[in-house]
Amino acid sequence: MSDEMDMEEGGVVKQFMFVNRKAPYGTIYALEGLEVVLISAAFEQDVSMAFIDDGVYELKKGQDTKELGQKNFSPTYRALEGYDIEKLYVERESMEARGLTEDDLLVDVVVMDRAELAAKMAEQDVLISF
Amino acid sequence: MPMVEVAGKEFEVDEEGYLVNLADWDENIAGYLAQEEKVEMTENHWEVVNFLREYYSEYQIAPAIRVLTKAIAKKLGPDKGNNKYLYELFPYGPAKQACKIAGLPKPTGCI
Repeated sequence: MSDEMDMEEGGVVKQFMFVNRKAPYGTIYALEGLEVVLISAAFEQDVSMAFIDDGVYELKKGQDTKELGQKNFSPTYRALEGYDIEKLYVERESMEARGLTEDDLLVDVVVMDRAELAAKMAEQDVLISF
Repeated sequence: MPMVEVAGKEFEVDEEGYLVNLADWDENIAGYLAQEEKVEMTENHWEVVNFLREYYSEYQIAPAIRVLTKAIAKKLGPDKGNNKYLYELFPYGPAKQACKIAGLPKPTGCI
């Protein structure tokens, strides 16, 4: 199992931000992005996730995929806390443009203005976009 | 994919022996999967298997071992939420073996 690998003592911890820009269904990006984040948790890095554009919809409560014939994977975002991934940033402009508020989201997030989020991105060692 | 018959019911497993349809799962099938893994099921084994099924129904994923250990410690106490206890029950990897017996997919990130 990859999560059984011994990490070198005192290994370098980098800041990784996974940027989610796509709606949850219709493409594989959202689900694949989430899986990569869960796997990355095993490597004990400083991981955060940002939700921008239609990526905000990934966190929307009450997703129902019956008609799509796809698995509703949105409950998995609530498992992130157990993986010690607690830094979830949502861009305010994207959220508001879609008529959403924090109350519409499945998990606790930090809402940031575009400029604040850009500054956060600039601090990262690695940015991976889905 | 291969079909297996247990107690008069047919079900599908993948090439690694994981149950394909979560909804097919019952205790007979768990018994069969345990036998395939050479695990003799006791009350303590069932406790972990049932815990995993609850975890899956809540979060729709099979947890990584580290996450499983922590979640079990929280619910059943530190005597059970540790690697030693879980590896004694499932020597070839608690996440892998217990997930298989619970009818769940292979844990994400588990190779």
